[in-house]
Amino acid sequence: MQSSVSIRELDLSFGSINVLKQLNLEVQDGEFLVLLGSSGCGKSTLLNCIAGLLDITDGQIFIKGKNVTWSEPSERGIGMVFQSYALYPQMSVEGNLSFGLKNAKMPKAEIKERVARAAKILQIEPLLKRKPGALSGGQRQRVAIGRALVREVDVFLFDEPLSNLDAKLRADLRVELKRLHQQLKNTMIYVTHDQIEALTLADRIAIMRNGVIQQLGTPNDIYKYPQTKYVADFIGSPAMNFIEGELKDGIVHTQDTQFDMQDYNFKESPKNGPVWFGIRPEHVLVGDSVQNARHSLSVLVDIVEPMGADTLVLTHLFGSPFRVRLDGQFSVKTGEQLPIGINTAACSLFDRESEQRL
Amino acid sequence: MTDASATTPLDLNANAPRGQKPKKRFAPRNIMLYATLFVFAVYYALPLYVMIVTSLKGMPEIRLGNVFGPPLEVTFQPWVKAWSEACTGINCDGLSRGFWNSVQILIPSVVISIAVASVNGYALSNWRFKGSEIFYNILIIGAFIPYQVMLYPIAIILRELNLFGTLGGLVMVHTIFGMPILTLLFRNYFASVPEELFKAARVDGAGFWGIYFRIMLPMSLPIFVVAIILQVTGIWNDFLFGVIYTKPDIYPMTVQLNNIVNSVQGVKEYNVNMAATLITGLVPLVIYFASGKLFVRGIAAGAVKG
Repeated sequence: MQSSVSIRELDLSFGSINVLKQLNLEVQDGEFLVLLGSSGCGKSTLLNCIAGLLDITDGQIFIKGKNVTWSEPSERGIGMVFQSYALYPQMSVEGNLSFGLKNAKMPKAEIKERVARAAKILQIEPLLKRKPGALSGGQRQRVAIGRALVREVDVFLFDEPLSNLDAKLRADLRVELKRLHQQLKNTMIYVTHDQIEALTLADRIAIMRNGVIQQLGTPNDIYKYPQTKYVADFIGSPAMNFIEGELKDGIVHTQDTQFDMQDYNFKESPKNGPVWFGIRPEHVLVGDSVQNARHSLSVLVDIVEPMGADTLVLTHLFGSPFRVRLDGQFSVKTGEQLPIGINTAACSLFDRESEQRL
Repeated sequence: MTDASATTPLDLNANAPRGQKPKKRFAPRNIMLYATLFVFAVYYALPLYVMIVTSLKGMPEIRLGNVFGPPLEVTFQPWVKAWSEACTGINCDGLSRGFWNSVQILIPSVVISIAVASVNGYALSNWRFKGSEIFYNILIIGAFIPYQVMLYPIAIILRELNLFGTLGGLVMVHTIFGMPILTLLFRNYFASVPEELFKAARVDGAGFWGIYFRIMLPMSLPIFVVAIILQVTGIWNDFLFGVIYTKPDIYPMTVQLNNIVNSVQGVKEYNVNMAATLITGLVPLVIYFASGKLFVRGIAAGAVKG
């Protein structure tokens, strides 16, 4: 597959602060790439660099094989959707959609045709004559997407487009975005801090921290095989449980128990030393399956949080907090002893010092 | 729940509080409030009242000395005289000459200063360039330097430019002196416009002027109204620059008013003086009444972010 957006050794600094450091990223043609990270990690900054809204300090940016490092945003063949919608308040929806095309001096007939096509795809035809002030949040964001759509560009950039919407609308528009991507097959780069959005939408996710991409992979990869402790902690809700341990000849020794790691898929031959032993709350076994687990323990239930389909249980294991996610039908009460099982195949091991996956 | 209500029965007295809490009309608090407001209102309104009634009296009636009494015989002669007959020096065509001079000074000054300052403010808030902050700070410092300090240097500059004593020179002075505060006003207003709007317009291929005229201008009516009010009242009421940088033929209205009121020959015609003052103050007054609501809205909008 041909690469659509290609970023080579990108550096960006504001004065003495390096926001992005030697960043390399290849986005495939037609790919849905999500940049995920907590606030301040540089994900929006990277997107602004790709759009040409920020001048970079060093490096190169290619879009569709063309070097656009010094190009104006409008010349890069991108469309962008912003968190606050950024609709022009004095123009009607139609005016908003056609503004970019008018600036490009496109013939009137073609503008009309493109606006009509975009409006049809997004189902905003009845709204064309209205001003943005008379639209709801979801409708506004649709218009904002439409504004990128009419440009008929190869690359769409989304800067947290759903963050201003309420939970239900967000879920609806998420599905619509996915459908839109399947229909248009454009390259999309999408910035978010919401891991559910990332996991549901992305072909690949790039997890960023302090201006560096920590891991780039499919949602499944990132969920199952997080390469660093940060990624493991960031992805998954509630977060992964971590237990301090000591790895010695394939066995993790913790405070009062041992985990035999012979089912675990080591990246390279294991080294002895201090490790973090991580297990996701949803991978802890309970009920009948405890008997079949390689390791079984018993924990005291501190707090129960029923969430409908699931129930979260907060307990303690070897002095550190430990969360377990149960089926909502499973009956459990505060103060009970809960037998749990752990299968080491579903675990993650990280070097305590470098926090890299073992 | 049921247990609790059974043990403590509700107070179901017929006169028990219910619905809206009654308000007392003559509470001490209200009396204080309205009394204070009344005193202040009178304090501010009284001089205006005296001016109006005096301007409607004839001289014999004024000589009776009853300043606060309403006119026994209403006459508009003082107004007519103030507008078209009062003498300043050798000219005896009243304030009308000064009025048209002031209009000729006012319109170009207001238009040019606002046009330039709004572009300034837009560039300073959205197109930050190297040194833009320094430039801005210099401009702001300019707002705090007393005018008197700059009178003489400007006189020299105008002389060198051959603009001394002309309308064009005065227009230039007003434009320059309006610049710091207007730029500050516009910069702060444009800074409150979401940055993403500006980014979106750039992605849509609009340039410096495209964004200014098509996106920013249509959004900033309130702040333009504020700027117009500030400039119109400021320039209309200006006396200092008018008296220094122009000559008698083109004196603005304020200077001419001063000359009428302070003329030393003959009788002091209080009624004519009052009428002349009211006529001079009419333009700012009309502007305030016509745009009061927009003014408040614009001030508030500009004040949100600094």
